[in-house]
Amino acid sequence: MTTRIDQRFADLKREGRAALVTYTMAGDPDTRTSLEILKALPKAGADVIELGMPFTDPMADGPAIQAGGLRALNAGQTMIKTLGMVRAFRKGDSATPIVLMGYYNPIYIYGVMKFLADAKAAGVDGLIVVDLPPEEDEELCIPALKAGLNFIRLATPTTDDRRLPAVLANTSGFVYYVSITGITGSAAPDADKVHAAVTRIKRHTRLPVAVGFGVRTAKQARAIAQGAEGVAVGSALVNAVKDSLDRKGKATARTVKAVAVLVAELARGVRGAKHKSP
Amino acid sequence: MTVVQQPNSFRTGPDERGHFGIYGGRFVAETLMPLILELEKAYAEAKADPAFKKEMDGHLKNYVGRPSPLCLAERLTKHFGGAKIYFKREDLNHTGAHKVNNVLGQIMLARRMGKPRVIAETGAGMHGVATATMCAKFGLECIVFMGALDVARQQPNVLRMQALGAQVRPVESGAKTLKDAMNEALRDWVTNVSNTFYCIGTVAGPHPYPMMVRDFQCIIGEETRAQMQEAEGRLPDSLIACIGGGSNAMGLFHPFLDDRGVDIYGVEAAGHGLKKKHAASVAGGRPGVLHGNRTYLLMKDDGQIEEAHSISAGLDYPGIGPEHAWLADLGRVKFLSATDKEALAAFQLCSRLEGIIPALEPCHALARLGDIAPSKPADHLLVVNLSGRGDKDLDSVAKHLGDKGLGGKL
Repeated sequence: MTTRIDQRFADLKREGRAALVTYTMAGDPDTRTSLEILKALPKAGADVIELGMPFTDPMADGPAIQAGGLRALNAGQTMIKTLGMVRAFRKGDSATPIVLMGYYNPIYIYGVMKFLADAKAAGVDGLIVVDLPPEEDEELCIPALKAGLNFIRLATPTTDDRRLPAVLANTSGFVYYVSITGITGSAAPDADKVHAAVTRIKRHTRLPVAVGFGVRTAKQARAIAQGAEGVAVGSALVNAVKDSLDRKGKATARTVKAVAVLVAELARGVRGAKHKSP
Repeated sequence: MTVVQQPNSFRTGPDERGHFGIYGGRFVAETLMPLILELEKAYAEAKADPAFKKEMDGHLKNYVGRPSPLCLAERLTKHFGGAKIYFKREDLNHTGAHKVNNVLGQIMLARRMGKPRVIAETGAGMHGVATATMCAKFGLECIVFMGALDVARQQPNVLRMQALGAQVRPVESGAKTLKDAMNEALRDWVTNVSNTFYCIGTVAGPHPYPMMVRDFQCIIGEETRAQMQEAEGRLPDSLIACIGGGSNAMGLFHPFLDDRGVDIYGVEAAGHGLKKKHAASVAGGRPGVLHGNRTYLLMKDDGQIEEAHSISAGLDYPGIGPEHAWLADLGRVKFLSATDKEALAAFQLCSRLEGIIPALEPCHALARLGDIAPSKPADHLLVVNLSGRGDKDLDSVAKHLGDKGLGGKL
């Protein structure tokens, strides 16, 4: 079965360039503005969209995404609204893959089977759930694959060659390589080390590898894109939302544009890379 | 609660994947997973190594001061006019609480694994103090994450940690209490995986922590068995302990779980009341996934975690250890709760009648004695786990008592 994610990476491979994977927090700073941001992403140059499902206790996230999640929750974001955003987005875009990214508890409480059915029906293509390692595959990963959704796993610098096969076993769509040991939006990754790691992962899988955590600028994106099939940017975009808000934390006329401008800049970085398929 | 078939033994868990029934597990980010597997292996090896146990027993005796006494609470017994009440005096351990039993074990493991840097989360500060103490003793770097609200309400323990050479990092996110301290500790661990050991303070977190912390705390119950045999020639009839994450309770309860004649009571913090803000996750929560395990959690309808409230920083957590969740479903441990006010009253009663100033945490267990003890016969042997001493709480108790003050009428 070919999913939107498979299709997108196949198309980009033919174009000879890496994908720009952009993260945006659903409901930040409010559902309406967040949907406008979502709709603006493809036009600005995003190839794959990660849509964050806000959670009160994001243990693997740095201050930027923590704050973005709290802004969304304080504005009343719920899973139902997040799925509603995807449905609304799909009315105007049937090609850009959407991956929901977050933590397990809100999914578990929504009900795994109902969540998978509703997500699929809304037009979601894949899931990244940070606190579900392969050891807990029965919880969500296997049911998600059966429901026709990609389950994208994180591989990290601590995932050694012995462990990689287990991590990759039920992964589909693409592999998300976490470029640093750390939380989102922290230290900048070293491009050479990242390329070596991607090469190592490619020895174990034919899936595309996207690299994220700590990528902020077009220059970094370009460097990473030279040795990976995708570059993921999150905290920098969430910070762009934050910096555009008024003193009460409400969206302004600049909010959507601030994100779009940064995405366009990152897209130029990614597209300017001399991409060598790893 | 779901009806679950009763097992032949309550003491065989968890399974190899860290599950107690549906609870427990390993819900962590991939970066941490290899470490958790390494820890599991290192702990299994240490457990099988007689030299590890021998060294630990030596430190428990000569440094911690174990065994802690089991003492008859004579005036409280008379006050309630029923069961014979015994205190297991974990408050008399070095550092003033049961926390040190577990920390000693984990720090010895950290040394064995060659980790020079230790991180910990703390609520009341007792686990932080114990960790700072053991890191000082063994020459390891120590960083303690503590919610900013707890830093303010547990100042004496902050000073103790600093005196012991630990770095205390106030956590400003969320409710600024124990839950947020744990998030921050996990974030630090993800960042410093190669040289850092995470010393978790309670029977929660990803497998193997709930099992390992329980094992290290079981000395409480094992000593109680032997001491009660010596004092009364038989086992106790009932046990009672406070439960936040539940390490002091698990330590007392576990060695008695298969003695079906022993009634076991766990007391959660009901804060302002179970219909208002509280920290009673079994009474007011439902199963969910947080901090590496599935367990009872306080949460909103859409799975967002609720902020807990308890006057006692050590119980101010929206979850509970997964093995407790399992025992609650099975009905082996009866879950009760006590409010802030009831805990304060018990604090005064115990101080005045027994000459023991208890920590606010075990005051929650003491607060339920009035319901249990009077209806029991005089030969009913009841053990309360006096899990810590109350010096750290004097300021906040005085504040809450207001005009009546600490010396006021009961």
